[in-house]
Amino acid sequence: MADAAQTKGTGLLVDQEADQGLGAKLVYVGRLLWRDKSGLLGLIMFLTVVFSAVLAPWISPHPPLKQDLRAAKRPPVWAAKGDISHPLGTDNLGRDLLSRIIYGSRVSLTVGFFGVLIAGSLGLVIGLVSGYAGGRTDNVIMGGVNLILALPYLVFVVFIAAILGRSLINVILIFGFTDIPIFVRITRGEVLRLRESGFVESAKSIGAGRLRIIFDHILPNLLGPLITIATFEMSAMIFYEAGLGFLGLSVPPSVPSWGNMLATGRKYLTIYPWIATFPGLAIVFTGLGMNLFGDWLRDALDPRMRRLKR
Amino acid sequence: MQRYILSRLFQSIMILFGVLFIIFFMLQATGDPVSLMVSRNASPEEIEAVREAMGFNRPLIVQFGDFIAGAVVGDFGDSLRHKQPAMDLILERLPATVELATTALFMAMLIGIPLGLLGGSNPGSLWDTLARGAGLIGQTIPNFWLALILIIVFAVKLGWLPAFGRETWQFLGITLPTRSVILPAFALGLFTMGQLVRFTRSAVMEIRSEDFVRTAYSKGLSDRQIYIRHILRNAAIPLISIIGVQFGYLLSGSIYIETICSWPGLGNLLAEAIGNRDFALVQAIAFFTSLVVVTLNLLTDIAYGLADPRIRYGD
Repeated sequence: MADAAQTKGTGLLVDQEADQGLGAKLVYVGRLLWRDKSGLLGLIMFLTVVFSAVLAPWISPHPPLKQDLRAAKRPPVWAAKGDISHPLGTDNLGRDLLSRIIYGSRVSLTVGFFGVLIAGSLGLVIGLVSGYAGGRTDNVIMGGVNLILALPYLVFVVFIAAILGRSLINVILIFGFTDIPIFVRITRGEVLRLRESGFVESAKSIGAGRLRIIFDHILPNLLGPLITIATFEMSAMIFYEAGLGFLGLSVPPSVPSWGNMLATGRKYLTIYPWIATFPGLAIVFTGLGMNLFGDWLRDALDPRMRRLKR
Repeated sequence: MQRYILSRLFQSIMILFGVLFIIFFMLQATGDPVSLMVSRNASPEEIEAVREAMGFNRPLIVQFGDFIAGAVVGDFGDSLRHKQPAMDLILERLPATVELATTALFMAMLIGIPLGLLGGSNPGSLWDTLARGAGLIGQTIPNFWLALILIIVFAVKLGWLPAFGRETWQFLGITLPTRSVILPAFALGLFTMGQLVRFTRSAVMEIRSEDFVRTAYSKGLSDRQIYIRHILRNAAIPLISIIGVQFGYLLSGSIYIETICSWPGLGNLLAEAIGNRDFALVQAIAFFTSLVVVTLNLLTDIAYGLADPRIRYGD
C-alpha cells in the first residue's frame, strides 16, 4: 500500500524495479495496469477476442458454415421475429452470425499476429543494420523506407492483393512486407538515440564488442517501443484485412471472416441491416481494446509520456 | 530556403521514379502479366492477342523504357475495358474525389481542431474527456463500417440524407456540391478528425507547460493574448504537416467509401478496374495517386519551411 502511494502519479518505481527478476516486473506491470483502468479494460477486451478465437469450436452455438435456408435472414434475438437459437440473427443463407463472428476472429488475429511478426522481425533486423552501419548502407535502406512510406498505402495494398489473389497466406505476406518500413524507422531512430547514450559509451569504454552492445544494451531497450508499435500495427492490419475482405480481395469467400461478412451484409444493407452491423461491431471492439491497451503501454513504457499524461 | 526546396524536389522526383519501377515490376511478379488480364478459360489465340496488344511479347527492358517514356508525359496506355486512354478516365473522375476529400478535410478540421484545443487547454475537464473519446473513436471505427451504419440510420431509417451517388448543383457555370456529399465525407473524414483532435490536444498540452508561456503569464498577459500569440502559433506549425499528410490520405484512401456510396470518383474507378482486371488502368491510378500524395508532401514541407525559421535557415 505504501508503495502504491509513493509511486502514485509518477510511476517511477518501474525504473527502480527494472533490474529485478521477471516475477517482480510482472507484479509491477499488473499494478500499473490496475491503476489505469482503461488499459486494463483494453487488455480484457483483447483477451476476450483471443479466447473466442482459440475456443471457437466449443463456444459457437452452430457450425459457421452450416446453411439453414428455413432460418435465413432472421433478425437478432431482441427483434420481433428473433429467435434464441440465433442470438445475433442469421445471414442470407441462414448461417448463424454469432458463430461466424467467433470464427472470424481467427482470420483477423492470424493476419494481425503473423503480419506483425514478419514486419516486426524483419524491420528490427533491417533497422539495426541501418542504424548501426550508418553511411551508405543507411542511406540506401532509408531511401527504400521513405519511398514505401510515401506511397498511397491503400491503393498499393489493393493493387498487390488483386495481383496475388485471394488466400490467407497472401494477405499475411502483403501486410507483413508492406509494414516493414514502420518497424525499420522506429528501430533505427531508437538505435541512433541509444548509441549516443551514456550507458553505451560506458560499455564501449570497458571494452564491450559490437555484438555485446547490441544484445545487452540496445535490444532490451528497443523492446518497449517495438511492442507498443506492434499493438497499433496489429490493430491496423485487422482493419485493413477487413477492408480487403469487404472489397473481395482477402481470404476466399467460403472462409468466415469479418471482412467477408461485411461484404455480404452490404448487399442486404437496406433490408437486413444486422448482417453488416455485427461483424463491424466485432472489428470496433477488437480495435478499441488494442488501442486502449496500446495507449496505456506507450505511456507505461515511456516515462516522458507519463509526465504529459497527468 | 532555395537549397531546402531543391533538395526536397529532387527527393520527390526520385520517389516517383521508384513508384514507376514498383508499379511496372509488380505486374511481372506473378510471372506472366497476361494471365492476370484474361479470363480463366481464354483460348491460346485470345491470350496471344492480348499479349500482342499490350506489348508483353517484347523484351522486358524495352517494355520498361516504353513505360517510363509514356509515364513522363502522362500516357499509361488505354484501358482494356473502356478502350480509351487511362489518364482521360482518371481526369474525368478526379473532380468527384477532390470534392469528397476536401469536404471530409473541412469537416474533420471544423470538429477536430476546436475540440483538441478545448481538451488540451482544460486537462481533466469534460471537454478533455470528449476530446480523448473522439480521438479514440477516430482510430477504432473503420470508415467502411461507419459508412454502412450512417446509411442505415440517416438514409434508410430517418431519410435525411441520400445514401448513394453524387448530385451537383450548377451555379454561374461552377459545379457546387450538394448534401449528397455529407454522408460519405463524414465517414471518410472521421479518422482524420481523430488524428487532428489527438494532435492538437497534445500539442496544446505540451506548449502550455513551456517556460515562455509561464513567462507570458508572469508578464501579466491575458489568457486570450497568450493563446493567440504563444500557444496557437506554436501549435499551428506542426499542424500544417498533419493536415497535408491527411489530405493525401483522404484523396487516396476513398476506395471503400466511394464503393459503398457509389461515389463516381477515383476510388470507385480503382475498384471497378480491379474487378475488370483492367491493369493498365490500375497502374495509371496507382501512379496518379502517388503523384498527388508526393506533391502534397512536397508542398507541405515547403509550407513547413516557410512557417518555421529553424528549417528555413538551418539547412
